[in-house]
Amino acid sequence: MELVIPQVNWAVMAPMLVVAVSALSVLVVDLFLPKERRGLLAGISLLGLAFAFMVSVRLWGREEQAFKGMVALDPLALFFDLVFLLVAALTILISPEYLKREEAHYGEYYVLILFATLGMMLMASGLDLIVIFLGLETLSLSLFILSGFLRGRLSSNESALKYLLLGAFATSFFLYGIALLYGSTGTTNLPRIGKLLQGVLTGTDPLLFLSMGLLMVGLGFKIATVPFHAWIPDVYEGAPTSVTAFMIAGTKAATFAAFLRIFPYALSSLQADWTRILAALAVLTMTVGNVMAIAQQNVKRMLAYSSIAHAGYLMVALVAAGEPSIGELAAPSLLFYLVVYAFMNLGAFGVIIALGKKGEMNLTFDDYAGLGFRHPALALAMAVFMFSLAGLPPTAGFIGKFYLFTAAVQAGYVGLAIIGVLNGVLSVYFYLRLVVAMYMSLGEVEPTQLTLSPALAAAITLSAVMTLYLGLFPGWLFDRASTAVLAFVG
Amino acid sequence: MDLPILSIITFLPLLGAFILLFVERRREAFIKGLAFVVSLVGFLLSLHLFAAFRADTPELQFVEKVPWVEGLGVSYFLGIDGLSLFLVLLTTFLSAVAILASFSVVHKVKEYMICMLLLETGMVGVFVALDLLLFYIFWEAMLIPMYFLIGVWGGPRRIYATWKFILYTMAGSVLMLVGIIILYLLGGRTFDLPALSQVSIPPGLQRWLFFAFALAFAIKVPMFPFHTWLPDAHVEAPTAGSVLLAGVLLKMGTYGFLRFALPLFPQASVEFAPLILFLALVGILYGALVSMIQPDLKTLVAYSSVSHLGFVMLGMFALTIQGVEGAILQMVNHGLSTGALFLIVGMLYDRMHTRMIEELGGLYRPLPLLGAFFLIVAFSSIGLPGLNGFVGEFLILVGTFLRSKLYAVLAAVGVILAAVYMLWMLQRVMFGEQRGQEAGHLFDLSGREIAVLLPVVLCILWIGIYPHPFLKRMDASVQHLLQQIQVRQAISHQPSAFRILDLGLRISELGSLHQSFNPKSEIGNPQSSDRRPLIAESLREGWNSSSLR
Repeated sequence: MELVIPQVNWAVMAPMLVVAVSALSVLVVDLFLPKERRGLLAGISLLGLAFAFMVSVRLWGREEQAFKGMVALDPLALFFDLVFLLVAALTILISPEYLKREEAHYGEYYVLILFATLGMMLMASGLDLIVIFLGLETLSLSLFILSGFLRGRLSSNESALKYLLLGAFATSFFLYGIALLYGSTGTTNLPRIGKLLQGVLTGTDPLLFLSMGLLMVGLGFKIATVPFHAWIPDVYEGAPTSVTAFMIAGTKAATFAAFLRIFPYALSSLQADWTRILAALAVLTMTVGNVMAIAQQNVKRMLAYSSIAHAGYLMVALVAAGEPSIGELAAPSLLFYLVVYAFMNLGAFGVIIALGKKGEMNLTFDDYAGLGFRHPALALAMAVFMFSLAGLPPTAGFIGKFYLFTAAVQAGYVGLAIIGVLNGVLSVYFYLRLVVAMYMSLGEVEPTQLTLSPALAAAITLSAVMTLYLGLFPGWLFDRASTAVLAFVG
Repeated sequence: MDLPILSIITFLPLLGAFILLFVERRREAFIKGLAFVVSLVGFLLSLHLFAAFRADTPELQFVEKVPWVEGLGVSYFLGIDGLSLFLVLLTTFLSAVAILASFSVVHKVKEYMICMLLLETGMVGVFVALDLLLFYIFWEAMLIPMYFLIGVWGGPRRIYATWKFILYTMAGSVLMLVGIIILYLLGGRTFDLPALSQVSIPPGLQRWLFFAFALAFAIKVPMFPFHTWLPDAHVEAPTAGSVLLAGVLLKMGTYGFLRFALPLFPQASVEFAPLILFLALVGILYGALVSMIQPDLKTLVAYSSVSHLGFVMLGMFALTIQGVEGAILQMVNHGLSTGALFLIVGMLYDRMHTRMIEELGGLYRPLPLLGAFFLIVAFSSIGLPGLNGFVGEFLILVGTFLRSKLYAVLAAVGVILAAVYMLWMLQRVMFGEQRGQEAGHLFDLSGREIAVLLPVVLCILWIGIYPHPFLKRMDASVQHLLQQIQVRQAISHQPSAFRILDLGLRISELGSLHQSFNPKSEIGNPQSSDRRPLIAESLREGWNSSSLR
């Protein structure tokens, strides 16, 4: 018997392989490292991510496939890869300080973050529903463990259990969706599904309609679309703060990548159906997220609810992307906003970590009172993130939303854009409440002892600078986002 | 001129704020000095604009245009014309005055001055930006420093006031953002204002867009019934904050109507003009009546702003040349006189520690200098001939009269009411039996306070006595604006014969403009007001004057 070694185009997998190898090496090095030197693991992870980043940049512009068209290397995948690597790197920068404080500084943390990143990259590169599912599972399993990483804390355990139960449930919806789609088309390959469905209307095939709905539920759960958002506050509040930041920015980006691969392109012929549903969900998601966030007293929980609202804004772009002929701004604006969101969100969580105290303390609005004059630099950074999240110029959050809503108007969804901007006003209330607390409420005047690790300081500074920079000079990134999408469509 | 002077004026304060970031907090005198010098240099530079401004052309001047976000078609496009020149000057002038007036601030001086300088950048930016997105960015970004000024250095209810201020104004402006997006897509992917003014928009859509823009501007003005944020914000803001809020920020609303709403949506503007005139009139009377019964000096001045801004809107939407020029001049006048009123109220408060009218009285004797300034400024606010307020209000009334006699008469009642509340207030505060603190403890104006008030009063007198240099620089731009509205309205409404007719009417009316400010000739020359109905005659004249041009 002859052993046939299949021809594999490994270049397609290169960024993922780099991440996987660095994850494994962290695992091995961890075995030989004394406890107090675990900071080194963060360094190794960062090096690995940086290397993967460089590889991805090098590969930019190439369009190849491997594994019989199951995995793609195209600008869209690479753009998302870069986003994930960025999110992971920022997460790792803000993590050590937090983990040490909570006495949970174990090497496995970095391994899991890297594997979760790998899962995200797989999701974005998948041209086959099965590959996307594999990525989703790799991501989810790592996150289940990460959200329960603070073993000693009840809320962390609760978070992990809730996430596991509901997450597994949602994943099964996704899997059913794949099965039904396979049943009606005979394939799980997305481009082929797209071709087969050309000219087919959902009305003619209830199976197709059902599978579309199930896929939407499965993915909708991950980005916390209302009404599949109930798990968000508890999971995000209970999980370690750094993991919450990672989940909010990373999972969201990965799931939107999958959404983009599946809905506007493979299921483009069903566009009339799913855009209608998604538009309704987007309105609900934006509004519910913002309204719920208003009532929060805990900053972390507030950001958790606000992440729901931001998912809603992004869904507006997704709806617009359903009209590829006239909505050419839609998909790029989605990509752009994901980058912006990564910076402002991780930056904000960085500040939360910097100010937090052991045992997840010091997280309420009242704890931020007077911060503006106790720690001016930190408060200034937080103010930048809040203004950006609220969408005020000249920050990146404004220009990001501007792109999103321009895309919506361009595709003919003026109503969605109006609801979106009005939601922005609503969100001003709770984001600026933090600014009010920091600058306008009286708190302790004496500066408390606060030492920032260089890594944390670097992460916060980078995020703040990028939030402002992208607000003033968004062109270069948006052009790249456009290239990423154009290559994919073409 | 190769120097990008508008950019320098706009961003010099930003640079100053950036430098202040690195100055040690304890060196307060240096911080104050630097902030003042920066704002003063900004003002001196803007004087150059005044001197080098060419009054004979409606074209945009000092234009700077470079692509900014190319993929999106956003450009960094600055320029001024007769509509914005004086507002830029007013902004830089009042900023310097306000910073000098805030030398008495004691808490968090560094942050305060940074906010003031950032605010100046935002305000100037609004008046010079000619790219819609750039304009919107300045328009919104400027909220941030104002929000801090009210919220950190304000009075006891400052947090409530700052919420109301920011939520109200944001709620107004986000719909304008959607409007801007629609215009952008409609106008072929550009935010360029002159280019967009050429796009003809279907009437139905035009109404919606006008509504979106008008809401944003009306809240900022604020027009009745959107004025409720104003008294709160004014009362709680620190003195300099009130000065800039009343002096400059409110003008952004009226300027927005002038610069954007009118030329972009001419048809809808004309259509909605009766409604806006009505609301303006209600604002004039309502503001004046409410001012009368205010117990607090600051709320009195705040409500008087509602009344004065009503005048501005009235003149503007009369859509006659006198009305519009009067409106622009009145914007400047209101900035000067109300700004000065707030400064004086602040100085009184520093001495008496109260702003309640009934707790004050007979202050003229211990404070003669302050009293004298107060008198002049109050008279200017009433519109006494010889002072600036008269010129503006007179032009507005003339302009309104041409549109509707009834409205002009009713608006004139507002002038009388203004005299009532101002004089009554003056009488209670400055004259009569002395109340409040012992006279021995009161110090009259210090040198710095005189330096704050004197330039403002000089401007008040200058505009009052010799407004020609001001009006001259507005003429061409205002003519152009009205012509634009008329012509474009004609294009979308009527066949071309009518267009010529309308144009003729317009140009003939413009011919009479230069005499328009000399009260005597205006009154003695009924021709100018009767000219409108005589279309045949104007047509003839129009041909003549257009051949002359």
